[in-house]
Amino acid sequence: MTRQLNPTQVVVVGAGAVGGVAVLPLAEAGLDVVALEAGDWLRTRDMAPDELKLSRGLWPPGPQKVEGEVPTSRAGDSQTANQGFAHPMMNAVGGTANHYMAQAWRLNPWDFRVRTATVERYGSSRIPDGSTVEDWPLTYDGLEPFYDRVEYGIGVSGKAGNLDGVLDPEGNVFEGPRSREYPMPALRTTSFMQRMVDAGHNLGWNPFTGPAAITSRAYQGRPGCVYHGYCMGAGCHVDAKSSPAVSTIPRALETGRLRLVTGAHVTTIESDEDGRVRGVNYIRGGEEIFQPADVVLLASYTYENVRLLLISRSPAYPNGLANNRSQVGRHYFSHAQFGGVNALFPFDLENWYGTPGQGICIDNWADDNFDHSGLDFIGGGSLYVYTERRPMAAVNGVGTWAPQGMRNWGSAWKAHVIEHCDRTNSAYIQRTTLPYEGNYLDLDPTTRDPLGYPVIRVTASFRDNERNMGPFLAERMRLWYMEAGAREVRGNAAVGNAMGVSTHAYGGTRMGDDPASNVVDRWGFSHEAPNLGILGGSVMGTSGARNPTLTAQALAWRTAEHLAENWNRIAG
Amino acid sequence: MENEKRHKTTVSRRDVLKGAGAVVGTGLVPRLALAIPQGDGPATLSATEYATLDAISARLIPADENGPGAREAMAARYIDRALGGALASSRALYVEGLAALDSYAETSKGAAFVVLAGADQDDVLADVQDGRAEGVPQGFFNTLRSHAIQGTFSDPFYGGNAGFLGWDMIGYPGVRTAVAAEYQQMGVEHAPNHVSVYDSSMFEPGED
Repeated sequence: MTRQLNPTQVVVVGAGAVGGVAVLPLAEAGLDVVALEAGDWLRTRDMAPDELKLSRGLWPPGPQKVEGEVPTSRAGDSQTANQGFAHPMMNAVGGTANHYMAQAWRLNPWDFRVRTATVERYGSSRIPDGSTVEDWPLTYDGLEPFYDRVEYGIGVSGKAGNLDGVLDPEGNVFEGPRSREYPMPALRTTSFMQRMVDAGHNLGWNPFTGPAAITSRAYQGRPGCVYHGYCMGAGCHVDAKSSPAVSTIPRALETGRLRLVTGAHVTTIESDEDGRVRGVNYIRGGEEIFQPADVVLLASYTYENVRLLLISRSPAYPNGLANNRSQVGRHYFSHAQFGGVNALFPFDLENWYGTPGQGICIDNWADDNFDHSGLDFIGGGSLYVYTERRPMAAVNGVGTWAPQGMRNWGSAWKAHVIEHCDRTNSAYIQRTTLPYEGNYLDLDPTTRDPLGYPVIRVTASFRDNERNMGPFLAERMRLWYMEAGAREVRGNAAVGNAMGVSTHAYGGTRMGDDPASNVVDRWGFSHEAPNLGILGGSVMGTSGARNPTLTAQALAWRTAEHLAENWNRIAG
Repeated sequence: MENEKRHKTTVSRRDVLKGAGAVVGTGLVPRLALAIPQGDGPATLSATEYATLDAISARLIPADENGPGAREAMAARYIDRALGGALASSRALYVEGLAALDSYAETSKGAAFVVLAGADQDDVLADVQDGRAEGVPQGFFNTLRSHAIQGTFSDPFYGGNAGFLGWDMIGYPGVRTAVAAEYQQMGVEHAPNHVSVYDSSMFEPGED
């Protein structure tokens, strides 16, 4: 028997990176909001900098709903999709923003108009074959005020490179104009990072400290970062990482307008015969509950957003909610970001501490920041180096540099480990990735979650555009490392065939003006179900060459503000 | 069930940690090592299995001109304890694998692994790694190696890395709750702090 709760004005499915941000403008506008979060609050002791605990399945802590919902993946229609071992995301208040790298990038203006800008500069033949890429229905300038709100709202550290059109070489001179400086200065640098800065300058490039959703000094009652080296894939024991759990959610709770329900496992979204959504069903402590709401905001990450839509069938939506034009799941892509370039230096780097957010970036080879006339791809990649090294990872990682034929144990190996374990560095090269025909998400025909619902199936492969830029970027990364004094550099930044399951998963509910090729409108609301909003990377139509979270958060803030300002029309 | 096991293990460890309080401040003496009453047998393995495992660890990461190794770090103690908890799913593999490895040592070198000379022990391990040691389960070598690394380089809270010698071996200056800028400067010597994560009260394990 389903228990029916009193109606609320807005229900937000997921109190993570985007839902946890959207609740603040909603609550501040005076709307009554219920946020349903599958996970729980994390505690300080969950943040122990314990490499073993972090690496052997005790992190993320607590029951993880996502563990039963790991997507299956395949490169193309002719293959059988296999389920991975782990889900890339976690359940908790604040979601995966509890343990992400916390790089907090704005997209480049080019990323919002890839199609038009490419056709204008190089001709229509340069749009990669089979790509369904469209211009976004908004420009960088249209999103700028919301980037600003999020940077100040959660707390982002960085250095502006373009302040209202005035360039500053200490920041990223390729970024779009920003209306004001970051709320906090960039995270401190290290002597190895300074070495990389100098090397970048020697090459005539423009190195700068990347922006991070981490406090570089005391901010809104939280202390500055302590650089302890257990940041990526782990929580912060001093709340310096600007997850919504320590920033926007507590402030939204203070308004008295937000009710946060933890341990709430949302199963389906209900809609009426007119095609409007009515609320959501969830299970909590074994009890089935229906939460009626005037407006539903779906904020459960790309895979779960798409899955909940496809599972939520009704007479008005026989093929899944908001899917009468068969666009849910389309235009999916996962970011080309692996296929590393690795360096071995002839000296110790003192990289034991720090955070991946404390890194140096080169954007000269990203987006359309260079001439692609003679090249066989559009877009590019950001070259990023950072610090953070843990003992077991150092011992295991340095093995790849062992001389050929050396066994991976014994005295010779031990001597090799001792000499080199603090001398390696790996670059993080995120690349422009595009949507294509034939790449999509749907419900897996055989694999189910513990409740019996199908998991998501990823069918997606990289194409020539992603493949061709790998060697180009790897060569520039090699030059940068060698200029900084590396002894040897390996890796060609190659991408595989299957796109696979990713923490950078885009599309599936793409945002655009044309309902024939997009699920949500320019404000993030369904073209079909007018009181259903969708938040997250699933609405993004291009990736840029950088982490998606800040952009997804800015879009979420914008959708929430649009909802508050147009409440009567949207809520009906 | 898994949670229950985890919980029990943590509680007993915490008691151990508290019992070790008396020796805090004695500097280089590994607290946890002192806290374990001498003479107690292994927690999960037989005395023979433990001795073989300990001898294997001493060849995987040997004591040599570059200092102490996995045996001195008490990697076997870490593995033995973990087989009753977080690594329980590997316990059967250890029981079977250690017996098979010892029997291969008898066949190929004429004596139990523990009494062989170092070079002969290395031959046996190389055969195991290369899949030439008949009867030794596939994957056993990689499991041994991976756990020996955990037992040498993980937080001493778990029973290995005794005296922080694993971290000292690779120059890791220690786990810290806050890191000053000078610790990120090249060419500066950093004295290790020799503390366990769980020396800090904010991370004290509790009810899960």
